[in-house]
Amino acid sequence: MIRVVLPQHLRTLARVHGEVTLAVDGPVTQRSVLDALEVRYPVLRGTIRDQVTLQRRPFVRFFACERDLSHELPDSPLPDAVATGAEPYQIVGAMAGG
Amino acid sequence: MSGVRVLVGTRKGAFVLTSDGKRAQWDVSGPHFAGWEIYHLKGSPADPNRLYASQSSGWFGQLIQRSNDGGKTWEPVGKEFVYDGVPGTHQWYDGTPHPWEFARVWHLEPSLTDPDTVYAGIQDAALFRSSDAGQTWHELSGLRRHTTGPAWQPGAGGLCLHTIVLDPSNAARIYVAISAAGAFRSDDAGKTWRPVNRGLRSEQIPNPTAEVGHCVHRIAMHPSRPGVLFMQKHWDVMRSDDAGESWHEISGNLPSDFGFPIDVHAHEPNTVYVVPIKSDSEHYPPEGKLRVYRSRTGGNEWEALTNGLPQRDCYVNVLRDAMAVDSLDACGVYFGTSGGQVYASADAGDSWAPIVRDLPAVLSVEVQTLP
Repeated sequence: MIRVVLPQHLRTLARVHGEVTLAVDGPVTQRSVLDALEVRYPVLRGTIRDQVTLQRRPFVRFFACERDLSHELPDSPLPDAVATGAEPYQIVGAMAGG
Repeated sequence: MSGVRVLVGTRKGAFVLTSDGKRAQWDVSGPHFAGWEIYHLKGSPADPNRLYASQSSGWFGQLIQRSNDGGKTWEPVGKEFVYDGVPGTHQWYDGTPHPWEFARVWHLEPSLTDPDTVYAGIQDAALFRSSDAGQTWHELSGLRRHTTGPAWQPGAGGLCLHTIVLDPSNAARIYVAISAAGAFRSDDAGKTWRPVNRGLRSEQIPNPTAEVGHCVHRIAMHPSRPGVLFMQKHWDVMRSDDAGESWHEISGNLPSDFGFPIDVHAHEPNTVYVVPIKSDSEHYPPEGKLRVYRSRTGGNEWEALTNGLPQRDCYVNVLRDAMAVDSLDACGVYFGTSGGQVYASADAGDSWAPIVRDLPAVLSVEVQTLP
């Protein structure tokens, strides 16, 4: 299972507490994880990625294993530690005012 | 006993203020959607328990929330605002073509008769409608596709459609206002549109009397007299007596004719309220005195309403959607400030008191008069 950490506002929106766990079929990539997340929680569509272009929203960041994956290609494999559930995939609101 | 519900949108959430008909004691609930910008929330005239709210965030984008119980509980509904076809370009600040891009929903205007129908004014400027209670949204693209559309330029707040006025006597007639394109009217329920800006004069554009390019800040109408419109423009307070076909200035003795909101007394169609602001760069009241101005003559002759409002060292702003009236007798008037105060008058503006003083910056104020 893939572990996903959502920022507080998106946990509130999705009505979840703590980490979300997701089953992902096929290669574990940012795209497949986000696709699975949005299938489970349709309210999150458009909050992380643009609904039409599927581009990451400018003030959202993706971290895992102490790395910033925000600029990685969406179909690049995520680290094994994320794919095995040893480490979470973190979706983070950028440090950008507010 | 009748009562009022004041819906307040702020930079960091929504608040619902309720009172009985005396409007002396208030209950405050909120923040709803804490941490999110609530540009606007408004109730359906056909079902006061049906509310719609525009919730947005620089991080996470746009949501629309709907309540079926007067704001006690909310559920997110549709948030896909996709322009019809290939949207093309409008002008950017530097005059270059810029693609139409969705940024946020500025204003939600529920139908006067159907709780499930609601209009949304968005940035970049376009008008959307939902007829399924906000689940899906469809652009009324005749507006954006108007021949002048590629020449529209954003105001300081973006190219936003911020005002939607529905004619209660003619379901096919809709007015909108766009900063900085001007006012537009449809007589066929939003299919086709034409600018209604004749008589406006804006020295900040190359041709001050151009067909489009005016920064209209707000339009108000009294439902008993839908052909008469009042407008607060970037500068100038204006009036039309022919459904927008022509406008004339009614700024009269105002200390400044710059401002954002304008509204009409619930029972006196010729009584109008504005909040003068010093200038386009100094967004605070002249002389540091927060004054609502009231005209009982439909314009030109204005009186300052100061009782209960700060008359020194006050440097707040009142935004375009942040004033509303109730329909009790006497008419209640409400407005919210960038300093987080919401002021109420239960006597048509003669005296004022803050309902709340320390909210986040207020973006919008709407009032529902409850049975």
